[in-house]
Amino acid sequence: MTTPAFPEGVKRCGNGQFILWLLPAFLVLLIAVYAMFRVWFYGLNQTNMNDAYGFAIWIWADLAVIALGGGAFFSGFLAYIIGVKNVKNIINFAVVLGVVCYTSALLILGLDVGQPLRGWFIFWHANIHSMLTEVAFCLTIYLGVLIVEFIPVILENPKIQKNRFFHHMAHNMHEIMAVFAATGVFLSFFHQGSLGGVPGVLYGRPFAFREGLFIWPWTFFLFTWSAAAVGPLFTATMCRLAEFITGKRLVKDDVYRLLAKISGWMLLTYIIAKSIDTIYWATVTAPARGFTLMDFYSNNPAYYGIWILIAEILICGFLPALILITQKGRENKKLLFGAAILAIIGLCINRWVMVLQVLAAPLKPFQEEWFVYSPAWTEVITTILPVAYGIILISLAYRFLPLFPQERELNP
Amino acid sequence: MQKIPSHTKARHYGMVIDLDKCTGCATCMVACYSENNVSFRDDESVKLLSINWIQVYKLTNGKPFPDTEVCYLPQPCMQCDGKDFGHPPCVSVCPAVATDFDSPTGIVSQITTRCFGCRYCMAACPYHSRKFNWWDPVWPADMQNYLSPDVSPRMRGVIEKCTFCYHRFQQARQKAYAEGNPEDIGEDDYQTACTQACPSGAITFGDLDDPAHEVYKLKNNRYAFRLLERLGTNPSVYYLSTRKWVHRACDNYLENEEPAAFANKQA
Repeated sequence: MTTPAFPEGVKRCGNGQFILWLLPAFLVLLIAVYAMFRVWFYGLNQTNMNDAYGFAIWIWADLAVIALGGGAFFSGFLAYIIGVKNVKNIINFAVVLGVVCYTSALLILGLDVGQPLRGWFIFWHANIHSMLTEVAFCLTIYLGVLIVEFIPVILENPKIQKNRFFHHMAHNMHEIMAVFAATGVFLSFFHQGSLGGVPGVLYGRPFAFREGLFIWPWTFFLFTWSAAAVGPLFTATMCRLAEFITGKRLVKDDVYRLLAKISGWMLLTYIIAKSIDTIYWATVTAPARGFTLMDFYSNNPAYYGIWILIAEILICGFLPALILITQKGRENKKLLFGAAILAIIGLCINRWVMVLQVLAAPLKPFQEEWFVYSPAWTEVITTILPVAYGIILISLAYRFLPLFPQERELNP
Repeated sequence: MQKIPSHTKARHYGMVIDLDKCTGCATCMVACYSENNVSFRDDESVKLLSINWIQVYKLTNGKPFPDTEVCYLPQPCMQCDGKDFGHPPCVSVCPAVATDFDSPTGIVSQITTRCFGCRYCMAACPYHSRKFNWWDPVWPADMQNYLSPDVSPRMRGVIEKCTFCYHRFQQARQKAYAEGNPEDIGEDDYQTACTQACPSGAITFGDLDDPAHEVYKLKNNRYAFRLLERLGTNPSVYYLSTRKWVHRACDNYLENEEPAAFANKQA
């Protein structure tokens, strides 16, 4: 169907079908909001965290969604700063994904603190030496930038465009968008890095600790690089998923291939750097503290075997990188998106081990047991919340906003 | 990190715990609970949810009877000096300066009214010395009347930890001021509750840098060591034991490495 509220020249499903599509997501959202209020009202005893697992699935989700949302900043960097024109065909979608990821991250952070009403202390009593302070500042400001980037997209709705003020506002905001994109890139480089710094500076935790450059541990740079590499792949994969769900082509294949090529080379350089980092850590950093590599990968409740390192670096690192840098790999859509999914899994594994395996590994030899944790339902459902909320926001944005400039041409 | 005022005498308070004397009676824990208004719950079976500022661990040499040996290890907050004296692992990570390194005493503070419960310090501490208040403190009937007026009870959602009974240091300093000798805080004027409660005299407390204090001599004992010393946390709590397996159980060593006290020596 078409109505004046839809972007010009495109077709959308009927209202009934649209509501039915959103219903499951709303149900999940409802349960998640109930869980959120339980946690806020009764406290963090509603979770399965404990004194060994001060950080758990929420912090992992935070790190993962911010890294995946990195597609917004890196696509913005490519489109507005480097001037790669083709990326503009997917940039609006990347911005919406970024908004979903960053609002979710802040919401989860608000949920994860013991005294949420004191959350403002992080700004008011800021400790400039803390990586978390840097994360909070950059994350909040960057979300502001993302919203500024999102506003002109909203204003492009045909109904809103009829208002002269909003019409001109959208036009003028587009004109100065490069400034915001540059600000966003600057902020993003810092907070992606600071998130890497969060585990990297923990010199009391030999699994996480890394040497580095001046005050920045190597994880600072690795996190930024990996987010820039995998973020655009996530954007492309989500776009492909949207194509699958809507049954329409939304961007031309050369946009996918371009993103895949850039991400492929970045992923390859990242995974080489990550391998060097891992080798140095395993042969110098950890042994200096009395640990061997296998101390962190054996004698534990099954899931932290050496397989996790192989999965992260070889199967979900080198393999997708090698597929994406070859023309044949990029031209075959199944291979391209297979590689993209592997890279996304690899990034999520990396964030998982840098949060949870760090805390699981025993340090005192007289406490040989690994610390075990399984999330409570309140944690699981609130971690799924961003998915449900993302489905709703992206569906609404797709229905009413011109997210894909090529959609009309591709679906005559 | 606070700078030491020029008119203030710098002290470096620390503890030496003789593991060969400790019987594992846990009186130190009881004294600490009482002194510092540490809360507890009806069900304390899940130790990772319990709050204690000093915890006694049981170590064994892993050998079968009759060669089995046991050692009890009381572990308070290690009050780490950290890298470059003043950068404990937990302090620089706190985003809201809710914990700080007090240079005039070497004690790591915890400001519970400033803490907003992000638990980053907990992740940074390799000793698990930092405890989170998962619940609001609930005291059994009448017990509220017996709480110490010197230490504020903590609320749900914040971190707490051992402060080396800092309120006792404040009292000792006030007394010294009142007597006209503000710098004259004697060894006996400031002692922690666990030190005074230990029936076997296993815990010694004082200024690690003052040759007149017992801890100064004990920390220089050949068999003195610190927990997880190789991580570079630089703790202010020392342990004493003549048993090699105890040293090995308290830090991580590669196969070809020996604890410092036993390197090139037969234990």
